[in-house]
Amino acid sequence: MAMKLRASMSGDTADIKCLMNHPMETGMRKDASSGKVVPAHYISNVTCTVGGKTVVDAQWGGGISKNPYLALKVKGAKSGDSVTVSWVDNMGEKESVSAKIA
Amino acid sequence: MDRRQVLKGAGSAGAVSVAIAAGLLKPTDVFAVDVKVFSTSDTGAVMAAVGGSGAEANAGVVVGAPDIAENGAVVPVDVTSNVAGTTSIAIVAEKNTLPLIAEFNFSNGAVAYVATRIKMGTTSNVVAVAKAGGKAYRGHKEVKVTIGGCGG
Repeated sequence: MAMKLRASMSGDTADIKCLMNHPMETGMRKDASSGKVVPAHYISNVTCTVGGKTVVDAQWGGGISKNPYLALKVKGAKSGDSVTVSWVDNMGEKESVSAKIA
Repeated sequence: MDRRQVLKGAGSAGAVSVAIAAGLLKPTDVFAVDVKVFSTSDTGAVMAAVGGSGAEANAGVVVGAPDIAENGAVVPVDVTSNVAGTTSIAIVAEKNTLPLIAEFNFSNGAVAYVATRIKMGTTSNVVAVAKAGGKAYRGHKEVKVTIGGCGG
């Protein structure tokens, strides 16, 4: 299942909501059956752009919950603007999703 | 280099400059929090790294979180900074094994607001450090955790 992104205007502010699919392993958790430590695997950087301009650039650790949820607000955006949220994880995997502001 | 050495080195400026020289860190990354801070278990060092050590408590930095979280693996948290000119917000779960959760940098009209879900190992303060105009301001909210969510 791919990432989900919704963006809508609320007054002069765009509400951006995003759901990502990721295990977000801290590297501290032990597998219940094998007893082995599950290697760290988490999203380390998230970027959100509106109309091609970066609005939020975030660095994450493994402390964000599995299948991360992120909500942001951006002033000065308008209906029809393109929003993109992209992430990169500590293993170099990446994904991004775009949507238009409703 | 094993993991312990990396952790020990994380607190020293020397390790950072070596990392830059080795090309491990782009110069632009240095303005944000050092990625190694995410694997540091020393809350004091984390607060220092995000500029929160000497930050003044400010009622304008509002942390929204439940009073009691039944499941520490998924604790909804939102942070709003009403301090004018806020450029970044860091979120720290004080008593987590790895306290630094995330840092968000805002530009081009982004409101100093973020909502997400975090993991909490035990009852602790969720601290937000907002930076504005070269100063840091902090707000916090205590969350009681019934079942910890940091694995193991």
